[in-house]
Amino acid sequence: MNLSEGFVCMPTHQRIDVSKVGDVTVVRFNDRKILDEAKIIEFGAELFSVVELDNRKSILLNFDGVEFLSSAALGKLITLDRKVKSHKGRLKMSNIRREIYDVFLVTKLNKVFDIHDAEAEAISAF
Amino acid sequence: MAHDPSVRVANPSPDDIGPWRLAVHLPSERGASRIVTESLLEQLGIHGWETADVFSIHLAAEEAIVNAIVHGNKLDPHKQVYVECLVSPELVRLEITDEGAGFDPAQVPDCTSDERLEVPSGRGVMLMRTFMTRIEYNEKGNRVLMEKRKG
Repeated sequence: MNLSEGFVCMPTHQRIDVSKVGDVTVVRFNDRKILDEAKIIEFGAELFSVVELDNRKSILLNFDGVEFLSSAALGKLITLDRKVKSHKGRLKMSNIRREIYDVFLVTKLNKVFDIHDAEAEAISAF
Repeated sequence: MAHDPSVRVANPSPDDIGPWRLAVHLPSERGASRIVTESLLEQLGIHGWETADVFSIHLAAEEAIVNAIVHGNKLDPHKQVYVECLVSPELVRLEITDEGAGFDPAQVPDCTSDERLEVPSGRGVMLMRTFMTRIEYNEKGNRVLMEKRKG
């Protein structure tokens, strides 16, 4: 919603930080450990609002600083990926630390998600 | 199981590398795992466990406790989860018991199969098996013993 020229009303987020790099919406996480059920529900709702309300089509989840996530968080990411695709958008992930990437490997979710090493590389791949 | 909210903790000083033990009853509430994991993580650091192993143990503990709360006890406020932990420089042992009807872990579907790969849930037991060196369920399926041995 444009309030006046040059100003855009942005929803406030607590669990995520949303910024734009060109046409790509970059999402960072405010929590180092994504495991608390209540926080997972909140970050899921905030991520979904980026897709549904803000109508963003190119979304990058930058996991820099995230030290831990549980299978409940993986489930939320799966649902988000499905939602982005249903909105004809593209979702990528980057900056995933080694231990968390191993979780994506053993669950074979590295085949579902589009994962890149670093943000710049991911943005250029959109 | 008796309703006993007591926590028994044997807490060594940092110079004492004898095993740390914890025995606690958790309420069947989302987020209750933190009662255990905060102390567990602290003790893993004190006992010299490396980052990768700390992650593995944390993940397995979180998955097992959440399973006990959500799937075992069905979030029933009248039921508790009993957690016992042991941490030494060479071994971590976790035992989690719920008051539910139990289940057969052999019947858990393969979450990496093509038809289940994009199902949001069902990965907890597989992650526990992958990231710990030993995992055993009792016959009923309401108690799980997990171990991580260094090296």
